[in-house]
Amino acid sequence: MSPATAPPRDARAFRLLRLDVATGAMAAGDVDDLHTALRSGDLLVVNDSATLPGSLWGCLADGTPLEVRLAGAQPDGAFAAVLFGTGTWRQATEDRGAPPAVRVGAALIFGDLVATVTEVDAELPRLVRLRFDRDGTALWDALYRLGAPIQYSYLDDPLDVWDVQTPLAGRPWSVEPPSAGLCLRWELIRDLRRRGVAVARITHGAGLSSTGDPRLDARLPLAERSDVPAATVTAIGATKAQGRRVIAAGTTVVRALESAAPDGHLQPATGWTHLRLGPTTPTRVVDGLLTGMHEEGTSHFDLLTALAPTATLRRAVAAATAHGFRGHEFGDLMLVA
Amino acid sequence: MDLNAQRIVITGASRGLGRALALELAPRDTRLLLVARDPDTVAGVAAEVRDRGGHAEIVAADVGDKHAIHAIAAAAHATLDHVDALIHNAGTLGPPSLRPLAETACEDLQRAIDVHVLGPFRLTKALAGPMLLRRRGLIMHVTSDAATEAYPDWGAYGASKAAFDQLSRIWAAELDGTGVRFLAVDPGEMDTALHHQAVPDADRASLAQPDDVAARLVARLGQPAPLASGSLLEVQR
Repeated sequence: MSPATAPPRDARAFRLLRLDVATGAMAAGDVDDLHTALRSGDLLVVNDSATLPGSLWGCLADGTPLEVRLAGAQPDGAFAAVLFGTGTWRQATEDRGAPPAVRVGAALIFGDLVATVTEVDAELPRLVRLRFDRDGTALWDALYRLGAPIQYSYLDDPLDVWDVQTPLAGRPWSVEPPSAGLCLRWELIRDLRRRGVAVARITHGAGLSSTGDPRLDARLPLAERSDVPAATVTAIGATKAQGRRVIAAGTTVVRALESAAPDGHLQPATGWTHLRLGPTTPTRVVDGLLTGMHEEGTSHFDLLTALAPTATLRRAVAAATAHGFRGHEFGDLMLVA
Repeated sequence: MDLNAQRIVITGASRGLGRALALELAPRDTRLLLVARDPDTVAGVAAEVRDRGGHAEIVAADVGDKHAIHAIAAAAHATLDHVDALIHNAGTLGPPSLRPLAETACEDLQRAIDVHVLGPFRLTKALAGPMLLRRRGLIMHVTSDAATEAYPDWGAYGASKAAFDQLSRIWAAELDGTGVRFLAVDPGEMDTALHHQAVPDADRASLAQPDDVAARLVARLGQPAPLASGSLLEVQR
C-alpha cells in the first residue's frame, strides 16, 4: 500500500473499508459511511489530544548537531526523547547519521531553549530523558516557536503544526497525530449525535510510531499519558447495558480504555500506561475500531489482532490496497467491528 | 453562561476591556489565560488578577499570526485542562490615526483583517473542538457599532469588524444545538487607549469606564434569561 503523501485538504476525502469481523465481509466506501456503519445507541469514543511540535533541531554544547524527537511528557515533568543524527526530514530515519552519544548532564541547545539530559537508556543510548530549562506556558511558547511536528520522509512537503491537529484536539499530549481522529470533523460528530450515536472522549498522548531503529521500534509504544474521564466510563456502561457497541476512534483509544480496565472492570483513570495489546489480549471494553491502515509487523497491527484474526486483517489490507487505499499517517481508514 | 468558576481565554487582555474583564473575573473562582502581544504588560495584568485572589497564566502572542494560534491553544489546554469560554477581545485600529479608505494602505486593511477576522476564526477552530465534545462552551466576539454603521474614516476597522460579526453569526448557525454558543458583545464607547487613539479630542468624562462595562457584561451573563446563540448584546443599552 502506498502512503498518502500530503495531509488532506478536505476531511471528507478519507476512504473507509468496513470489515465485519463476525462474517469477514468487507465493503469499500468513504468516511461518511460511518453514518450507516454506526447505529443509534452505539458509542464512538474519540481521543481529544492535540499534537505538539515534537521535533527540535539543535546542537550539543560542542556544536555537534542533532535532532531530538520528544516521545511524551513524564510524570515528573521530564520528557522521554529519542536522538537523531545528521540528515534531513526527507531521508528515511534509518538512513540518517548516527545520533551523537550523550551523558547525563549534557546540555541540548535549541536556540534560546536548553534541555538537560537526566537519564540515558542503558541498552539504547539514543533513548533519553531530558528536562527543559522552563515549564508552564513559557515552555509551550518555546516549543511551538522553536519546534516543528515530527516529519515523515514520504510526504511531499514538510508538515506545519496546523497539519497534524485533529478537529477535536485539546490538551497537547501527543507527539505524532492520533491519526484516526483526523477524519472526525465537527459536522460528522454533530450529525452522528443527531442520529442517536453517542460520542465520548478520552485524552491519550500518542507516542512515536517508528524511529527507524529496529531495537528501539521493538520497544514501542513507550509509556503514554492517558486520561479516561468518569463521564466516559458512565457512557460506556450505559452502552454496554443496552447491548450496544463501543467503537474506538483510533488505536490510542483502545490503549486508553483497555488500560483503564485491567481486570475487565472499567474505571476512571489518569496516568501513564505501558499496556501492549495483541492476539493474546482480547479487548474487554472495545467492540470495534476505526483505524488507519496498519501494516503487519508494527505495534499498531498487533493491536488490531486483539480485535480480529490476523488472517482476516491481512485480507482486509489486501482488499484496501486493491481499492487504491493509501496508508500511513494521513492515509485511509478501516472500521473493524 | 454564568462566567463564575469558569476557565476562560481572553485575547487583548493587557489593556482596556480585556484587562477590565480579567480583573472583574479574578475574584469569581475563575482560571484565566490572558493573551496579548506585550509580555510585560500582560504579566502585569496577571499579577493584578493574582492580587485579587484570582488565577491567571499568560501567553505573549499576536492573534493575527497564524503560527501563534496553536501555541495559544496548547497553553490554554495544558494549563486550564479545558476551556469553557473564549473572549475574542483583541482589536487594532491599524495606523496611528483613522484615515479615509482611499488613504488606507492595503497593508493596514490586511492587518485589521488578520486581527479581527483570521485570528478569531483560527482561534475558534483551535479551541472549539473540545467544547463540541463536551457539548458546552461560549465564544464571545467583542465588536463595535462601527461594524454596522458606516462611519467615515473607520473603514479598515469597520469593514473587518463587520466580517467578525458575521463569523459569530455563521458559527452560531453551523453549531446550533451542539452546546457551543456564540455571542457578539458591543461594549459601546469606552475610555480606552484605542478610543483615545481613534478620537483624541473626545470628552473622556462622557465615556464609560471599561471596569463598569466589564461588571455589567459579567452580571448580564450571570442572569438566568438566556441570550440566543448568534445574538448581539449591547452592554450599555
